[in-house]
Amino acid sequence: MPIATGEEAKEPVPAGPVPRGMLARILDSDILHSFLRSKVTIASAIVTLVFFIGAAFAPWIAPHNPFDLASISILDARVPPIGMDYHDPRFLLGTDDQGRDVFSGILYGARISLAVGFLSVLFAGVVGVLLGLIAGYVGGKVDAIIMRIAEVQLTFPAILIALLVDGVARALFGNLDRERFAFWILVFSIALSFWVQFARTVRGSTLVERNKEYVQAARLIGIPPFLIMVRHVLPNVIGPVLVIATINLGLAIITEATLSFLGVGIPPTQPSLGTLVRIGNDFLFSGEWWIAMFPGCALAVLVLAVNLLGDWLRDALNPKLR
Amino acid sequence: MRIKTTVATAALAATLMGTAASAETLRYAFQGTLNQLDPYTLNETFTLGSHGNVYEGLTRRAPDLTIEPALAESWEVVEPNRWRFHLRKGVKFHNGNDFTADDVVFSAERVRSEGSDLTSRIGADVKVEKVDDHTVDFILPGPNPILHYEWDTWYIMDKEWTEANNAVKVTSASDTTPNHAALNANGTGSFKVVSHEAGVKTVFEKNENWWDKPKGNIDRVEFTPIGSDATRVAALLSGELDMVYPIPVQDIKRVNDNAGTKALTGPELRTIFLGFDQKRDELLYSSVKGKNPFKDVRVRKAFYQAIDINAISDKVMRGLSTPSALLISPFQYSRSDEFERYPYDPEAAKALLAEAGYGDGFSVGMDCPNDRYVNDEAICQAVASFLARVGIKVDLNAQPKAQYFAKVLASNGYDTSFYLLGWTPGSFDSWNVLHNITGCRDDKGKGGPFNLGGYCNPKVDELSAQILVENDPVKRDELIAQAFTIIHDDVSHIPLHQQGLAWGVSDKVEVAQRADNQFHFRWVVKN
Amino acid sequence: MLAFTIRRLVQAILVMLVVALISFTLFRFVGDPVNQMVGVETTPEQREALRERLGLNDPMLTQFGRFIINAAQFDFGTSYQFRQPVAELIGRRLPATLELSIVSAIFALFVGIPMGVYTGLHRDSILSKLFLSISLIGISLPTFFIGILLIFLFSVTLQWLPSFGRGDVVQLGWWSTGLLTWGGIKALILPAITLGLFQMTLIMRLVRSEMLEVIRTDYIKFARARGLRQRSVNFRHALKNTLVPVITITGLQLGSIIAFAIITETVFQWPGMGLLFLQSVQNVDIPIMAAYLMLIAFLFVTINLIVDLLYFQVDPRLRAERATH
Repeated sequence: MPIATGEEAKEPVPAGPVPRGMLARILDSDILHSFLRSKVTIASAIVTLVFFIGAAFAPWIAPHNPFDLASISILDARVPPIGMDYHDPRFLLGTDDQGRDVFSGILYGARISLAVGFLSVLFAGVVGVLLGLIAGYVGGKVDAIIMRIAEVQLTFPAILIALLVDGVARALFGNLDRERFAFWILVFSIALSFWVQFARTVRGSTLVERNKEYVQAARLIGIPPFLIMVRHVLPNVIGPVLVIATINLGLAIITEATLSFLGVGIPPTQPSLGTLVRIGNDFLFSGEWWIAMFPGCALAVLVLAVNLLGDWLRDALNPKLR
Repeated sequence: MRIKTTVATAALAATLMGTAASAETLRYAFQGTLNQLDPYTLNETFTLGSHGNVYEGLTRRAPDLTIEPALAESWEVVEPNRWRFHLRKGVKFHNGNDFTADDVVFSAERVRSEGSDLTSRIGADVKVEKVDDHTVDFILPGPNPILHYEWDTWYIMDKEWTEANNAVKVTSASDTTPNHAALNANGTGSFKVVSHEAGVKTVFEKNENWWDKPKGNIDRVEFTPIGSDATRVAALLSGELDMVYPIPVQDIKRVNDNAGTKALTGPELRTIFLGFDQKRDELLYSSVKGKNPFKDVRVRKAFYQAIDINAISDKVMRGLSTPSALLISPFQYSRSDEFERYPYDPEAAKALLAEAGYGDGFSVGMDCPNDRYVNDEAICQAVASFLARVGIKVDLNAQPKAQYFAKVLASNGYDTSFYLLGWTPGSFDSWNVLHNITGCRDDKGKGGPFNLGGYCNPKVDELSAQILVENDPVKRDELIAQAFTIIHDDVSHIPLHQQGLAWGVSDKVEVAQRADNQFHFRWVVKN
Repeated sequence: MLAFTIRRLVQAILVMLVVALISFTLFRFVGDPVNQMVGVETTPEQREALRERLGLNDPMLTQFGRFIINAAQFDFGTSYQFRQPVAELIGRRLPATLELSIVSAIFALFVGIPMGVYTGLHRDSILSKLFLSISLIGISLPTFFIGILLIFLFSVTLQWLPSFGRGDVVQLGWWSTGLLTWGGIKALILPAITLGLFQMTLIMRLVRSEMLEVIRTDYIKFARARGLRQRSVNFRHALKNTLVPVITITGLQLGSIIAFAIITETVFQWPGMGLLFLQSVQNVDIPIMAAYLMLIAFLFVTINLIVDLLYFQVDPRLRAERATH
């Protein structure tokens, strides 16, 4: 699911201001100021934080452990949420078709969704930035090869990649602990479709940066290319990279949910938020709306908050909008 | 050789018969696609059922599944090894050709030829002889009381048409040009195919020259496959379709509550059961090394008693299943009621496991399809949860049927330790189960090809061989009872239930629901 | 220019070859097609014979060679499940997917651009915030869920729009269209919205951020200073400048819309290529899967090639870039 952002469209991006350290930029009072000025951004940050804490401490917060098969009972299946007829005080938001507590499911599910999102974006970011720097700085054949690989990559949207990777992985590893395995398949396939965007953006900036006098000068005095890239080029492209990363985090979580619809997601014994929605999908018409709607709302709120943070970050880091 | 049958729940509006005042169109959807029209390429219920509206066999089955004459008016066993079929006169194919004995002989050869998926309909060593234009003899190598049990789905094709269109060879996947018979149909049945776009839409039209009188009043039928459960149900609820099947069990109430639609439910013949690998000396997927716990009958029985079948029936199947003690539906074996399931008793299960030396439990991998049977994956999850409570950790591997069957069947060396499978004996007879599911097999599948776990008891095989050739129904049932008793004592498998059929129907139409899940247009009445 | 074009063409062909190799090899692993082609009663010997006839026992390289040579002639073999030529099957499904994709792209453009312009111009208005929030739902909920909710609301509850299929289709030669009948258009609405919502959000956000930047440029300030009417400045000058990247992005996204149609088509039982592809994955129908991937790859490569060549014409920096080598 290649997402087009403004950054990519304007490739190659015109040079930013004089290179400055990342930390310095974050602590820049402008950014802090714009953060504090926007109520929406503060709210988004709080929501995101709540999800993080809930996910990280799920085993301690959640009233039940939905992953522990011995603790769930099919006899508790499809209990409505509190406030409705036939509810059960043990289950705040009701239970799903297997008798799992929906509220606990959301906490544990967010854990998996966020983990998939983070790891895939991290993986995509590292690979993408490195390849982008190399392509942009070295140029020539290396550039052509990397960009052609990127093009092949773009040919396959995340959905197709995941279907492919999943198929191959199943064949290669068979049944070996598939549960832990499905997680890494997802991370890998989502990352695989996201790195291109990082690479393209970084390459664009690097191309422009490379011909600047200060880089030429650094090269003349014999600083190794790798150091030049890391010290002088990287700080200039970190802004857009961070924006892409935030937006892709939301996107990765949604992609994971979509993939679960196609049956290549996280196995339903350890459901992510997306898998919970997919399972609940089957019960929408039968009146058991809570199985899909609560995880669906949680998913939407989480992704929305992350996206709003990304929006704010983009505007805040764009010097032309200050 | 009478078989016990069930009367389908849907009654027919007899008063409305034959009052086809205006052209009635039936729009319906099924979960899967109708891939091709050649009646010999896929031995699968839906495909055979669809073809059954266009083609006919020598016999056919009524709504209650009793065998009726169709293209054969009558038949007799003239000698123990020679069956004579008297064909119906004056029957014409859709293109106007006459139906004769030549067509039967031709179809008998074609159905057994390379590429056919229905080769088992007539044994390779059966000789088919034309006696005259309307009489055909089948000469068998030995007695076979159930020879014609599956002939309602062995459809007769027109020799002249098939030869003229160069379609004598059954459509083979390696062909590069499409076979005429795969895209067109020319049967004798009550409906003709008007257009067929595989996976999109198939349109049928009433055959005005059909030899029999249809009980329904439908003139035109439009079939669309709808894979997504929610969309299929939505299309019925919104009134776009007159009939959809199957509907998920959770939506039965919604379909019934909705004004203008109702759910038709009934027992299906398919039995869902769990099986164990009892052949290997060490399980492929288990924490137990060096031995196979499933070789111990106590472990198998512990698994059996750990599972609360009534909870599965209530909660997972929402009442739409009948717990079963046997691997065959009670409608297909008259003495089923003599058998009882082992009771649900987790304490007894724990005791049995401890006795067998697995007091601390163990882990085992379980294979399960997730798009083949009604709520298959949910059943497996529930089983895993029940077993967890007696200390057995189940690593569930639920996959789409394509990957599931590719993994567990003979072609892949029965790569499973513990699995869920469903089985309907195509012949409606116990021998089919005793042969396919519990017959001893070798590593390649010779013997009981679908005995995935390799259960083997020579006494069962011995009985099974006697059952095959026994002509006396009472004696035969007694032999079957003996075989089933051994299987039950051995806990060869864990029979779970017969799943239910659930069709969603508009109040405007009345249909006949057959327990084998085939849908025939000729019984549909639309008001 | 010619050298550049040739080089890019060669690269494009290489890309296609790699895609062919990937789709070919990967799908060999997905499952055993023979299992899908025959029923349960087929013996292992018969299965083996079928495998032999299909050439599945030949060395990989031989199979790949055969695949490439045939693919170059648009021959992707016979579908295992339908027993019809794959090229023909895909050809028949192509109009459905293209119509759906193009209509949803148009929807995304025609709703996304005005909303983007508005939110760009009135950055802090309440309506802008509302637009932004609503549009974010498009990328905050999975497509399949949005589709089901739309069906629930508009088909089941209100009974306004059909829940599945293409409605009435008119055949124009080999092209089948649903755009000429009322039933066909009604059937198109829900799937097009479901599919286009994501792109609409992207376009809106893109237009907004472009507008925000353009408005601050000197020549817009100059135009304002000249006393041109606000409306004229906004639309004649500002919007025009934002449209180039928007169109480019939409072009590039068209391929991913087509790929994403897999989900929408599954939810709405839309008889297009995506549905065919997913059915093929479930049934391990390798010829269809391979052909579909090749087609998607071809679309992407072509669009990328055109965009690259245009950029080369338009952007002098790129040409200068090449000159330094």
